[in-house]
Amino acid sequence: MSASPTLAPAAGVISLTGITKAFPGVIANDDISLDIVNGQVHCLLGENGAGKSTLISILAGMQFPDSGSISIDGVPVTIGSPKAAMRFGIGVVHQHSTLVPSLTVLENLMLGEGGLTLKEKRAASRLEELSGLLGASIDPNILASDLALGQQQQVEIAKAMWTGSRLLILDEPTSMLTPSAIESLAESMSRLKAEGLGIVFITHKLREAYAMGDCVTVLRGGRKVGELSPERMSSLTEDQAQAEILRAMFGEDLAAAGGLESAAELAGATEAAPETSRVDVTSRPVRLELAGVSSVGKSMDVSVTDISFAIHEGEIFGIAGIDGHGQAGLAEVLSGQRAIASGTVSLQGIDITRLGVRSRQEKGVRYVTDDRLHEGTVGNLSVAINLLLKRIGTAPFWRFGQINKPAVNDEAKRLIAQYTIHTPSPNTRVGTLSGGNIQKVLLARELGRGARVVVVNKPTYGLDLKSVRLVHDLLREFVADGGCVVLISTELDELIELSDRIGVISRGRIVGTVENDGGADVAERVGHYMIGGSAHDID
Amino acid sequence: MTDLLTPTFITAFIIACLSGAVPLMLASIGETVGEQSGVLNLGIEGVMLMGAYFGYVVALGTHSTWLGMLGGLVAGAATSLVLLVLNVWLGLNQIVLGIAITAAGGGITTVLYDQIYAKTSPRIPTDNWKIPGLSDIPVVGGSVFSQPAMFWVSLLITVIVAWFLVKTNWGLSIRAAGQKPSSLDAAGGSVMRTRSQAVLLGGILSGLGGAYLSVLATSSFTPFMTNGLGYIAIVVTMLSRGKILRVVIVSLLYGLTIAVGTVLQLTSLDVPTDLITMLPYIVVMIVLLIFGRDVNNSPVLGAPYTRGAR
Amino acid sequence: MTSTDTATESPDGVTTEITPLKEESEFVTTRTSSPRRRALDIVVRSVVPIVLALIVAALILLALGKNPLQFYGAVIENGLVGQNWQNSLVMMTPLLLLAIGLIVVFRGQLWNLGYDGQFLLGGVVVAGLAPQLIKATSPGIAYLVLTVAAIAVAAAWTFIPAWLKAFFGTNEIITTIVMSTIGVGLTNILIEYVFQNPAVRTPQTRAIDPGDMLPYIPGTQVPIGFIVALLVAIVFQFVLSRTSFGLRLDVFGSSAKTARHVGINSRTMTIVLFLISGGLIGLAASMDIFGQWGYMRTNWNPSYGNAIMPFVFLARLSPVGSIPFIAFYSVFATGGTIAAQESGVSVDFLQIVVALILVFMTVTEYVGTKRDLGQSYLPDELKDAIRKPLNAFTGRMAK
Repeated sequence: MSASPTLAPAAGVISLTGITKAFPGVIANDDISLDIVNGQVHCLLGENGAGKSTLISILAGMQFPDSGSISIDGVPVTIGSPKAAMRFGIGVVHQHSTLVPSLTVLENLMLGEGGLTLKEKRAASRLEELSGLLGASIDPNILASDLALGQQQQVEIAKAMWTGSRLLILDEPTSMLTPSAIESLAESMSRLKAEGLGIVFITHKLREAYAMGDCVTVLRGGRKVGELSPERMSSLTEDQAQAEILRAMFGEDLAAAGGLESAAELAGATEAAPETSRVDVTSRPVRLELAGVSSVGKSMDVSVTDISFAIHEGEIFGIAGIDGHGQAGLAEVLSGQRAIASGTVSLQGIDITRLGVRSRQEKGVRYVTDDRLHEGTVGNLSVAINLLLKRIGTAPFWRFGQINKPAVNDEAKRLIAQYTIHTPSPNTRVGTLSGGNIQKVLLARELGRGARVVVVNKPTYGLDLKSVRLVHDLLREFVADGGCVVLISTELDELIELSDRIGVISRGRIVGTVENDGGADVAERVGHYMIGGSAHDID
Repeated sequence: MTDLLTPTFITAFIIACLSGAVPLMLASIGETVGEQSGVLNLGIEGVMLMGAYFGYVVALGTHSTWLGMLGGLVAGAATSLVLLVLNVWLGLNQIVLGIAITAAGGGITTVLYDQIYAKTSPRIPTDNWKIPGLSDIPVVGGSVFSQPAMFWVSLLITVIVAWFLVKTNWGLSIRAAGQKPSSLDAAGGSVMRTRSQAVLLGGILSGLGGAYLSVLATSSFTPFMTNGLGYIAIVVTMLSRGKILRVVIVSLLYGLTIAVGTVLQLTSLDVPTDLITMLPYIVVMIVLLIFGRDVNNSPVLGAPYTRGAR
Repeated sequence: MTSTDTATESPDGVTTEITPLKEESEFVTTRTSSPRRRALDIVVRSVVPIVLALIVAALILLALGKNPLQFYGAVIENGLVGQNWQNSLVMMTPLLLLAIGLIVVFRGQLWNLGYDGQFLLGGVVVAGLAPQLIKATSPGIAYLVLTVAAIAVAAAWTFIPAWLKAFFGTNEIITTIVMSTIGVGLTNILIEYVFQNPAVRTPQTRAIDPGDMLPYIPGTQVPIGFIVALLVAIVFQFVLSRTSFGLRLDVFGSSAKTARHVGINSRTMTIVLFLISGGLIGLAASMDIFGQWGYMRTNWNPSYGNAIMPFVFLARLSPVGSIPFIAFYSVFATGGTIAAQESGVSVDFLQIVVALILVFMTVTEYVGTKRDLGQSYLPDELKDAIRKPLNAFTGRMAK
């Protein structure tokens, strides 16, 4: 095997022993031990909040463990900073992009190098070398902000391996990729593996763990609750392996999650499929219609061009697309947060194009934003006030502009009970609640009292599986009662599971609509539109 | 008016223009470096005053304008340490600190000046350094090529800073720290160190700018002599968006308005002095009204960086 | 990860923003459990910076060869003792109104730092027009008409920065300061070329007849402007803490994104807040000219705004809460001006004290927040920087 000179010799092992890390109020990692072997893909599996990210940031030198030790090839080491991690050959591709959008690809790659002057030529040849290794072609001189998502990820991997790498950590790399981009990622991974690199692959999707991993470690609640060695992995069938992993992931909650089958669905064990009993909604009256809607915005994410679609009563209309392709713009023109430059929006035949947030809110057009902490709620205000945030100044909660506290508290208590929001009291600051409960606050605020159309943007992003299930149930209930939902998501599984139809947005336009008829090729058709719509995507 | 356009007059005009522009240019470059790294130094007015005062004191004491400039440099660096420690290291509110530095700079220099020099108001002897040969050329010789040596050093500093920002790893780190500090952190750089260096360099350059004003441009110190120049430097920085060449051009334009003001005073027209002092500000406001609209500062400008916080 | 799931742990904002004081019972939960301890904590956090600043200022005085005890004695003597407290209340009137004017915009996380120009322009309208208007009509009408005019002029002077901020996001700190400088110059020009008193050679306006100044509060020599200031403080306290406008303002102040999300028009809000702020500063100017000065000279600039800056933060942006702080500063400034003159220190010494209070305030706030959250006082990276050489040192010692 022709290992490139920058790569460490194979058969090395990085061992974590008894890693414990606590944050105020939560133990993120509790006595976790695992070995990462070169030339293997080690899957780290667990739902949100299981402690995967903390473990990674310890390996990356961003956090220090409270106790426990790390050794590389048997030598105990301290990884005190990201720089130290790099010196040990540990490269991390973070879940959120670490590229500086206003710098070029090459500048991004050179960032953090020593020496006085920029060595552009050397950097360009290193990039070429890595591109060959990854099987990608990347223009070194375009701005990082102009990269398509798949390419962006290739650049991130190149950056992680820039100074020579023995271990590559990929943190949830697939969550926003199209099916074909996932395939080419898998290809890159197996090339790197063949070069003798160790890879830690973090995911919350079972089928990816099985397909790409040589061995699996399962985390739950900060603890290591299960592992499958490479030997065991190869001795089990896919179903057996999945059942074993699921039992570890859910433990005694397996029954609560609705048994093995339902848990498997939640954990993305299989290709997602829509609910079996689909009703034909097209015969129902049109609830919301957009005709040629365009908006103006400074970035691609907030501008949309010539959007037209109609949604019927009781329908969930999914919007798929690569993150940042106009999803926020679409949500905002629907909610009234963004001015519409041309085109019309009508609700049950009545033109609402010119109405603002408050009047649309009153007419039943609601928006559950994806930015729960900084847009949807005010962290240092109470749960009660946050529940009424869109009704400030209205009777009976305010009289002559003055707050009527008993009325506010009664309404808050009612909503807290109805949506089972876990909060010490209505007066607790909303910022102290968990992500799932904050999301319930938002849903309680938007779904109640005369909601007709609800736009939900990445409604389950960052939630644990039980909360995901709850959110899905709430949305299903809402449409069952005749409501209608615009579901914007970057999780293809979620879209396929819930939507009646899926529109694909790319560069601010709806480039295609796929009937979610339960066919096996729905995901592929959606993916096809996602790529076709964007000029520089990978293949 | 034609009798005004004598060589003597044009010489005086160019001198007024250049000595008005250089202090602003130095301060604006300092502010640019800071802002590129993500730190907005609102206390630059106070830093300049400290530079001006201590430059003046040292120049008086040592009879050397060079040591005077050095004194201004040190004072500027020392004053910026407040921002460095409290904002960059501890993450305290930069606007409040900026107001504090401005107030402290004005207060300290005025109290000391009143205590020590107010009765005598000594002036610094000017050194008449000229570039041999070139300074004999008519008009430009008596103006451009008779500028103090520090003028040329300032130009050199400008070129060096511009080069550093664009061509070095350090400049790249500064730009990353100002655009997306988490990226610099993840790439193994140190946001805190990079920003500290930028703030210190900014303090040095602003201190030099202040000292240039007292030691070289006016040869004296008066309380609050910067008279808002620090704020203009912030505007220049905003408009230049990190491009040093633009800083130079806008600073020269400012020098031009100063020179025009001087000319207006020389004419027999009854132009209020206040109008002349207002002139650069009115120009700044008009420029902001026309070009300032799409000034898009970095989203992280002024936000302290904490690892792990989003 | 936990940091995205719960906001308790996320440290962004806590150390930098000085958030308005919410009604204790309803909004704020800190670790210090009992309300009494919490109240004590707030008092301590507010008083400590002032005490520290006074101590350091005393050291500076010592360094200048002055006796600090004598200086502070003179401050109390001239600011409080005998009838001197009345002078402090006269001074307090414009300071308190200005403070409320700043509190309103600061709560919206907007920075109106153009108070000097706004104040002087409001003042020059009053000083320039009052003497003749009083003669032509009556003092009462002049108070009313010119106060409205001063409010309007000062508010109008905030409009360009407000508009640029609202529509283009232009940094309002810069624009208000630049507009302020223009306003100061314009005031001088107005005094010299429009309102010049023909009877004197120095550039100044005509003076209001002493008998036509604002009447005193019965039994004192404090003009009724002081009552106006107190009333305004109470009204704004109510508006900010109990009404829907106050809540909208808090939502707007905590996040412009949230404001847009819940349908608050941030453009209107920005412009309204600036206009209210400017208007209150104009009211301060009117009360000050009518109550205290009666005329204006060129180059007169009391810079009230700079002086009160720390105190609006120490009062946690609460109008009524700022009253004791402003009262403290009024005594300190009234007595301090005379004490400075007596001891031969520049009056700008007061600026140093103000700067010291600002610095100690941010530091106290930082220490307090870190203690509440149970966090370490030093950022990780800084600790590394200290720890590494220390480790190397101790390592060498061990060998």
